[in-house]
Amino acid sequence: MTTLFGLPIQAISGQLLIGLINGSFYALLSLGLAIIFGLLRVINFAHGTQYMLGAVTAWLLLTVLNIGFWPSLVLAPLIVAVAGLLIERLFLRYLYGLDHLYSLLLTFGLALMIEGLMRDGFGAAGKPYSPPALLTGVVNLGFMILPIYRGFVVVASLIACLSVWLLIEKTKLGAYLRAATENSGLVQAFGVNVPKLLTFTYMLGAGLAALAGVLAAPIYQVSPLMGSNLIIIVFAVVVVGGMGSIMGAIVTGYALGLLEGLTKVFYPQASSIVIFVVMAIVLLVRPAGLFGREA
Amino acid sequence: MSIATSTPLKTANDALGIGHLVGRALIVLALLALIAAPLAVYPVFLIKILCFALFAAAFNLLVGYVGLLSFGHAAFFGGAAYITAHTVKEWGFTPELGILAGVAFAATLGLVMGFLAIRRQGIYFAMVTLALSQMVYFVFLQAPFTHSEDGIQSVPQGLLFGIIDLSKPLPLYYTVLGAFLLGMVLIWRVVNSPFGNILAAIRENEPRAISLGYEVNRYKLAAFVISAALAGLAGAVKAIAFQLASLVDVTWQMSGEVILMTLLGGIGTLLGPVVGAALVTAMEHYFAATSIPAPVLIGGCFVACVMLFRRGIVGEIRHRLKARSSR
Repeated sequence: MTTLFGLPIQAISGQLLIGLINGSFYALLSLGLAIIFGLLRVINFAHGTQYMLGAVTAWLLLTVLNIGFWPSLVLAPLIVAVAGLLIERLFLRYLYGLDHLYSLLLTFGLALMIEGLMRDGFGAAGKPYSPPALLTGVVNLGFMILPIYRGFVVVASLIACLSVWLLIEKTKLGAYLRAATENSGLVQAFGVNVPKLLTFTYMLGAGLAALAGVLAAPIYQVSPLMGSNLIIIVFAVVVVGGMGSIMGAIVTGYALGLLEGLTKVFYPQASSIVIFVVMAIVLLVRPAGLFGREA
Repeated sequence: MSIATSTPLKTANDALGIGHLVGRALIVLALLALIAAPLAVYPVFLIKILCFALFAAAFNLLVGYVGLLSFGHAAFFGGAAYITAHTVKEWGFTPELGILAGVAFAATLGLVMGFLAIRRQGIYFAMVTLALSQMVYFVFLQAPFTHSEDGIQSVPQGLLFGIIDLSKPLPLYYTVLGAFLLGMVLIWRVVNSPFGNILAAIRENEPRAISLGYEVNRYKLAAFVISAALAGLAGAVKAIAFQLASLVDVTWQMSGEVILMTLLGGIGTLLGPVVGAALVTAMEHYFAATSIPAPVLIGGCFVACVMLFRRGIVGEIRHRLKARSSR
């Protein structure tokens, strides 16, 4: 058996794959957080909840309406985005002029409420959600066995991240978004409907979180609690990457996911805290984050 | 840029939000009520309220008077509870020594976390403290001495200073009351000292405080450590009083709960956190019998506070009184 640093290569590549998959979710989630924060100046504590809602919606679509994975991949993020629209219109909108901490506390409260209600109605136990028939099975890559669905998740999240990056960097809408991030008053004076832009941005972020949730559903169990610890890790990812750049959020997400996977191989006890340790080191060395500018 | 609905620097009694004489009369009344309370209310319930009130007051020292929102104060509260419970149960420390050990641990942890967290401002500060406290949570989850899900149970209560029997409800209540009052007086002293004035200056306008030559970060760190130590005191006392240190007290949900207590009572008011802690504890107690889950209740209160009354209960009363006296 081939070994590396005294460990079987299968074990290492297996953990790296898990790390890469976790990294995909970190990337998708921190990307959404960064977009929302960039324009709305809101730290969306409900992001983990929206991720969970994506998975739960997909599960409900399947069990109640018998709608499968592929339509859910589009439908669930749309439904969660509409829920995001309500949150933005009913609550967040009134907090823009205040200290940012109020919107953090508001989304925190909403997250608690939604998770509590879901746990009450849905039960805390995880529900299985099987991957679509097209993506079941495994391929042998020679050095490791790759379940097709896991490969698909990595590719799909990469595509999603890159499309969002293209949307923001290369399209007219993205140009409006970036301009409004710099100076929303001026953009509004030019006749762009900034309030609508804000709503759209929040929906986009929420939708991305839900997309991550749908992708995660077949890998982890669908449960009302799946997002609550994840959001804190994503916060750490965002602090490490700095929220200044979209690409920074994506790269940091994947990198920290991989690092976490590697830690699981070499020192499993530390795997749950390694991302926080990295955050502490980055704060010491480069307080603004790896890709950030001090706001 | 502070979360407190802040007013310019004010003197001692204004921090209580009430006029000179009325304020003093109210404090005396409140003290009498606290001393007589066990006659009317179950002492264990009162002890719980006092522990959380001290915890919230310690948290408020940071958010209300320095403008730093820590989302990780459970690490000090629950961490100190673990250390106190462990030293008393396994090492045979006396209660006062155990509590001291818990406070020392919380202060040290506060020094480390504070040193890292004050390197970022505003919203990042909240996220960094949250992430660091989550790290502390994982450490306690995995450390063998905490017995993970079980927690440290049946901590012996022993004799405080060798004479006061803490296993009896009334001596225990008055001991907790003493610790609570000690903490409150300390907070009051800090807020109304020259040091406290500089903290308020940092809250109101940090760049200006820097330009006046203050080492802002040192002041922030000192305030962070004091706040952490007092939160630790609350946790340590709670561990002795309830003979238990558990994971619940280290979770981020607990950090959130203390924020709610302070927000509900009134950020930046001396009595607000006490009122908030009493309300939230009572609410959880009474709603435990209904079918409404606690997180929904807590979350709902958050949304209501943020959307409707950001000043909190005591803050709102203070505001009304001030508006009336200025007319």
